[in-house]
Amino acid sequence: MRVNVEVNGKQRTADDVWEGESLLYVLRERLGLPGAKNACEQGECGSCTVYLDGVPVCSCLVAAGQTEGRSVRTVEGLADGDKLDPVQAAFVAEGAVQCGFCTPGLIVAAHDLIARTPNPSDAEIREALAGNLCRCTGYEKIMDAVRTAAAAAGGGQ
Amino acid sequence: MTSTEQRSGTVAGGVGESPTRPDGVVKVRGEFAYSSDLWREDMLWGATLRTPHPYARIRSIDISEALKLPGVKAVLTHEDVPGENIYGLEHPDQPVLAAEVVRYQGEPVAIVAADHPETARRAAARIDIDYEVLEPVVDSEAAMAPDATVLHPDHGSNVVRHVPIQHGDPDSATADVVVTGEYEVGMQDQAFLGPESGLAVPAEDGGIDLYVATQWLHVDQKQVAVALGMPVDKIRLHLAGVGGAFGAREDLSMQVHACMLAQYTGKPVKIVYGREESFFGHVHRHPARLRYEHGATKDGKLVYVKTRMVLDGGAYASTTAAVAGNAATLGVGPYVVPNVRIDCYGVYTNNPPCGAMRGFGAVQACFGYESQMDKLAAALGMDPVELRVRNAIDEGAVMPTGQVVDSPAPAARLLELVRDRPLPAERAAEADLRDLPGGVSNTTHGEGVRRGVGYAIGIKNVGFSEGFDDYSTARVRLLAVDGEPLVSVHTAAAEVGQGLVTLQAQIARTELGVAQVSVEQADTSVGSAGSSSASRQSYVTGGAVREACRQVRDAVLDLAAQRLDVARAGLELSGGKIASAEHGVLVELGELLGSTSIERIVEWRHRPTHPLDPVTGQGNAHVQYALAAHRAVVDVDVDLGLIKVVELACAQDVGKAINPDAVLGQIHGGTAQGLGLAIMEEIQVSGGVVRNPSFTDYLIPTILDMPPMAVDVLELADPHAPYGLRGVGEPPTISSTPAVVAAIRAATGRALTRIPVRPEHITSTD
Repeated sequence: MRVNVEVNGKQRTADDVWEGESLLYVLRERLGLPGAKNACEQGECGSCTVYLDGVPVCSCLVAAGQTEGRSVRTVEGLADGDKLDPVQAAFVAEGAVQCGFCTPGLIVAAHDLIARTPNPSDAEIREALAGNLCRCTGYEKIMDAVRTAAAAAGGGQ
Repeated sequence: MTSTEQRSGTVAGGVGESPTRPDGVVKVRGEFAYSSDLWREDMLWGATLRTPHPYARIRSIDISEALKLPGVKAVLTHEDVPGENIYGLEHPDQPVLAAEVVRYQGEPVAIVAADHPETARRAAARIDIDYEVLEPVVDSEAAMAPDATVLHPDHGSNVVRHVPIQHGDPDSATADVVVTGEYEVGMQDQAFLGPESGLAVPAEDGGIDLYVATQWLHVDQKQVAVALGMPVDKIRLHLAGVGGAFGAREDLSMQVHACMLAQYTGKPVKIVYGREESFFGHVHRHPARLRYEHGATKDGKLVYVKTRMVLDGGAYASTTAAVAGNAATLGVGPYVVPNVRIDCYGVYTNNPPCGAMRGFGAVQACFGYESQMDKLAAALGMDPVELRVRNAIDEGAVMPTGQVVDSPAPAARLLELVRDRPLPAERAAEADLRDLPGGVSNTTHGEGVRRGVGYAIGIKNVGFSEGFDDYSTARVRLLAVDGEPLVSVHTAAAEVGQGLVTLQAQIARTELGVAQVSVEQADTSVGSAGSSSASRQSYVTGGAVREACRQVRDAVLDLAAQRLDVARAGLELSGGKIASAEHGVLVELGELLGSTSIERIVEWRHRPTHPLDPVTGQGNAHVQYALAAHRAVVDVDVDLGLIKVVELACAQDVGKAINPDAVLGQIHGGTAQGLGLAIMEEIQVSGGVVRNPSFTDYLIPTILDMPPMAVDVLELADPHAPYGLRGVGEPPTISSTPAVVAAIRAATGRALTRIPVRPEHITSTD
C-alpha cells in the first residue's frame, strides 16, 4: 500500500508498504529517518518515541497505515538547523548520553514534558520518563539534563 | 624528569577534565549510525531459525518449503558453513549452525536471506526440522554428578573448570564464632538497548567488510575467518554504532551468519535481532550457588573462610573458565583472611550459555561474602561496617592467591565515606505516593512500610588476568592542516557508550598540547586493542595512546632540533609551540611540521600477570584491583513485599579520574544494574526453557526505580598504571546488589539468601 504522511514538516510518501509494517519501520527503512530506535517492539522501552499529531507515541506500536494523512515529528525534526533544541543541548552538556540508543526517545519524551509542564518537579520528571528505559546512565544525569533544559526553556520565555 | 615524563599540555580538554563527548551532538540529533541503522540500496535481510528445545538430536532438516517463498535468496544450514563449524571466545566448542545436536533453547540451526525482514522470518518458520528430543541437564549440581549426561563428550565431563585456592591452613583453623550460609544468584541479562545487529558487505577482492556492534573487533575477525575458511585479512571489521554492551557483545552473535549469507548471495546482508531473539542471541550472567563458612575471633577478626561456588555456564563454555577464575580469586572479598579454602566450579548444562557481564564472577562472589559479613556481624553483635573495617585490605595486604596488593586499596576509607554521609530524610507522614513502595499503584499510604539501611563493599580485577597477553595498539599521527596542528588517533578499541572516544582525545591533548584531535573510526586496519571489557580500556588503550603520543612528541622535538639546528636537550612541546628555557618560543608547531606528518604505532602491554597454580590456586593473577562501596537506604512494604530504594550512596577509588563526568556516569549506571539484580532482574529458566524473553517480563530499572545517587570519588594513584588510573566500569555494579539486599534484610528481618529478592521472599508466601 501507499502511505502519505507529513514528517518533520514535509509531505512524504512511502510505497510498497506491507500492511504489517509499523510507523517505526517505515520511518527507519523507507523514509531514511533512523533516529527513532527499535529496542523492544512492544512499547516497553520508549526508544522509538515520536510525536504523532503532537502526542508522543511508541512508533513501534503504530501501524504505518494508521498515519495516513497525519503528522509525525521525530527526533530529527527537533533541532533548528545547526541549533539544537534546549533538550538536546542539555543532554550533551550534562553528560546524559552514553551509548545513546535510548536518547532519541528520551529527548522526545522530555521535550513533550517541558512543553506541557515548563518547570517540572523531580517527581514529575521521573513519572513522565518512566516509559523510557536507559541501561547506561542510571538516569542521574538524565535528571540533570531535563532540569537544565527546563530552566533553559523557561529562561527563554 | 626525563623528556618522556614531561607534559605538553596547556590546552583545554585534556586529562582530568570533562569535555563533552565528540559523538554527543549526532546522538541527540538521532543521526549517529548504530549497527541497526545501516542501509544499502540492494541489501537483503537475514533471519535465524533457532531451536525450541534445550537438548535434542537433529534427525533431518528440510529447507524446501522455505526456498519456495518469493523473495527468499538463501537458506543455509550447517552443511553450508564454508570453514570450521565451530567457534568460541576461550575454547571453541560452539557450532555456527547446529549440525547433529542442539544444546540450548535458541541455538541457531539455519539462516535465511530475503528481500524483506518479514519474508526472511516467515521463510525461517517454514524450515522443517525433525528432532529427537533428549532429557536436558538443567541443574548445575546434577551436571557434576558421575552419572550425568556429558554434554560435550570431547571435554570428558561437564566441569568446564575447577578453580581451587588454598591459603594458610583452613583445615585446622578454629574460630570463636562461625557462620555458614547458602546463597543463590539468578541469571541476569545485560539488556543493552541496541540489539545485536550488523551489515556484511561482499567486497571485490572476495573478502567481506562487516560493520558490526561488538566489544572486540579482532577476536570477532579471527573467529569469523575460521568459520568462513578465509584468511584473516579478507575479513575486515568496522565498528558500527554500539547501543550498549556490558559483556553481551564479547561472544559472536550474527557475525558469521551475516557473512555467510553475504558471501552466498553476493549482496550486502543486514541482520538485526528483535528483543526476544536478543535474549537468545547472547550469553548471560552465570547463575550461582554459593556455600560459605566464615570463622572469626570474638573481637571480629576473620580467621578463615571456606567456600564452594558453582557457576552454571550453560550449553557452551564462552568465558566460563575466566569467570570461575575471578569468582575464586576474589571469593573472600576485600578482606584479610589468613586461612582460605575455595573451590569454584564452572559447569556445562543445557541452560542458556553464560559468559561475560559487567562484574564477571565478582558479582556472584560479592553477594555471598557480603551476606556472610552481615551474618557474622549479627552473630558477634557488632556493627556491620565496623566488622568490615576491622578486616579490610589495604596496600600491602595478601590476597588468598598469595598476591600482594601493591597499590592503594582504601577499603576501610570507602566504607567510612558511605557510612558517614548524612542519611536521607525520614519518610514524611503524608508522603507523595510516588515516594512509596508500589508508587502510584496506590498500594500503601505508609502503613506497613519499614525503612532499612545496608552496606557492602566489593572488589574487582582490572584487565585480563592469569597470564593472558593483554595489550592494545594505538596509531597516532601528528600533521598540520592549514598551518594548524592536528592529531589523529586510531585504535580498534570499541566505544560502547562508556566514553573511550572522549578519553583518547583527552590523552592526546595532554601529551601533545594540540587542541584539535580526531579519533578515527575503530576497525581492523590497525592492530588489536583488546576487548572493551574487564574495566580495561582506559588502562590499556589509554596506555597505548599515551605511549604513541610520547613517541610522536619525541620525534617532533628531534625534528625541531634538526631543522632549527639547536640542542635537543631542553626542547619542549607546549601549547602548539616548540620552546626551550634558553631561547623561549622557537617555532609554531604547525610551521615546523609544514607538510611533514609524524606517525607512530605502539603496541602497549600492562605488567604481565601469571597463571594460578592448578592445585593451590596461588599466583599473581591480576594486574590491578579496584574497590567500590555502597550504602543503600530502602523502604519496604512488608505486607506486600514491595520495595522502594530511597537512596544509594557510592564511594569508589578510581586512581585518577581521566574524565570525572564519565567516571560518574559509570558509577551511576553500574549502581543501577546492581540494583536491578538485587530486586528485579532475572531470566527465569525452567527445564532449560526461558520464560520471560521480553522487556515486558524481564524488568530493568526505570527512572522511577532509581533513587538519587550520592557519589564520592577517591583518586589514590596506582603507580603502575597510566596517570595512576584504575578501571572504573565494573566495581559499582558489584557492591550495589548486596548493599540493597542488606538494607531489605534490615527493614524486614528476613534472611534473603537469593537474588533477585522477590515480593514472596519478603512476605514468606512463596
